[in-house]
Amino acid sequence: MNVVNDQAEANTPSLRRAGQIDLREIAIHLPGKTRFEAVRNISAHIDAGEFVSIIGPSGCGKSTLLNAIAGYLAPSGGSLRVDGEAVTGPGPDRGMVFQHNSLFPWKTALHNVAFGLKMNGVGYRERLARAEEFLRLVGLTGFSDRYPAQLSGGMQQRVEIARALINNPRVVLMDEPFGALDAQTRERMQQLLLDIWGRFKPTVLFVTHDIDEALILSDRVLVMTCRPGQAREEIDIDLPRPRPENIVVSPEFIALKKRCLALVRDEARKSLIDGLEADRIQIPVEA
Amino acid sequence: MNRSGISRFFTSFPWFLLSLPALLLVWRLAADRVDNPVLLPSPNLVAESALELFGDGSLVADIKASLQRVFTGFFIASTLAVPLALLMAYFLPLRQLFLPLVTILRPIPPIAWIPLAILWFGLGDKPSYFITALAAFFPIFLNAFAGGIDVQPRHVHAARFLGAGRWLMVRHIYLMSALPHVWTGLRIGLGQSWMAVVTAELIAAQSGLGYMIQANRINLETQHVLTGMIVIGMLGALMTTALGWCERFVLPWKFQRQ
Repeated sequence: MNVVNDQAEANTPSLRRAGQIDLREIAIHLPGKTRFEAVRNISAHIDAGEFVSIIGPSGCGKSTLLNAIAGYLAPSGGSLRVDGEAVTGPGPDRGMVFQHNSLFPWKTALHNVAFGLKMNGVGYRERLARAEEFLRLVGLTGFSDRYPAQLSGGMQQRVEIARALINNPRVVLMDEPFGALDAQTRERMQQLLLDIWGRFKPTVLFVTHDIDEALILSDRVLVMTCRPGQAREEIDIDLPRPRPENIVVSPEFIALKKRCLALVRDEARKSLIDGLEADRIQIPVEA
Repeated sequence: MNRSGISRFFTSFPWFLLSLPALLLVWRLAADRVDNPVLLPSPNLVAESALELFGDGSLVADIKASLQRVFTGFFIASTLAVPLALLMAYFLPLRQLFLPLVTILRPIPPIAWIPLAILWFGLGDKPSYFITALAAFFPIFLNAFAGGIDVQPRHVHAARFLGAGRWLMVRHIYLMSALPHVWTGLRIGLGQSWMAVVTAELIAAQSGLGYMIQANRINLETQHVLTGMIVIGMLGALMTTALGWCERFVLPWKFQRQ
């Protein structure tokens, strides 16, 4: 635990505040025969240390937006800055947790977690000690020598989180990281994530299709429209932290949930109607 | 005994202790019936032949000659095929240039190269090196190529997010992704090489197990022919088993199942 805290304290105040994300009129077109418009004109500011979720109907471009912030996709318009610097590609200042297992199967849990430190030139002993510490943090003491194939889905996802966090990234991008887990494991992982977020306070951008999850975790929820994805509404989640498990039955939570559900359903219905009309008159959807 | 106990017994019982004597018995009965040691020598005769050939040192010399050819050819093939295949997997222009050539050359069996091998290298070790290397090359190449293109984008992305530079990316992601396929290629390649050496020696050599079989056929010493065949089979099986055993050290993550 000291490994972790020392590191946080060593950071200068300016560094600790780092992790602001600025999206200005972002447009994203996916390459293909018809340049598919995935995201249209999204602007948002995310403060350092904020936890923001993005929700919206399937195919609305929420993952696409995240991938642009990650640096895989270059936006076709607008500007995208992290701490004032334009994003040009994936980099260790942003940690990414993927939906599908992206652990290296040929490395043990310990070496998976230590990988980022190795890339940053941390010595062998120190990086293994710190990786061990992070495994403990995600509740995987004693599993260091297991290969990913020997771990359950939830455990793999925990290793994945530890791996993404060990470089102390300013921004953590998460693309439905718990989407493949069962309900109970998912709940535990959410608590674990909140716990870790509380310790390090990175900026978290969390894509999910699960409204409960977004509400439990976030300071703010960004609802996107059906495609091309635009910002439909931003909802501040003023629920007190730490949020107990039974918060999901509190009237405030239910009110917020109703509002989000209505927005997402409305958008999903629109995209369904668009789809049906496009099918009936048999012309390709305008790109 | 419970169900799992029974199934464990059935899977772990050394069944070859039954099948091997059964084969010997059938062989013995057949040999008695044929009653012609040139057409089918009995197991006893072959055992005597094996003792004789071991005793005078000729069998060991032949084994040495064959093994040396296989390992030389195999070594040449793997040092060429693995880097070539990976380069072609990673660089599209190289792939477009050379993959069609591989596609045309691959179906030509090693035995079809023997005339050329003799013309170019004469008789002896050299044409055998050529043939064993050729036989091992294609399985190693094709598997290594499959390994090279099997690298998962999600692993590459993850590594880039963790700050991997070019060299570390190659070492930790690209090569490690390819390793299981490369290993498969090496295993198959060694087997192909072993089969090819016998073919090469039948025609283009003056020593080795293939040559020994051929020479004894001409002398109608069929029991020696069978000894040679059995030694070839056993050494091949030994190599396969040895490589299978090595796999747990080369690919430890494939072996640590719960």
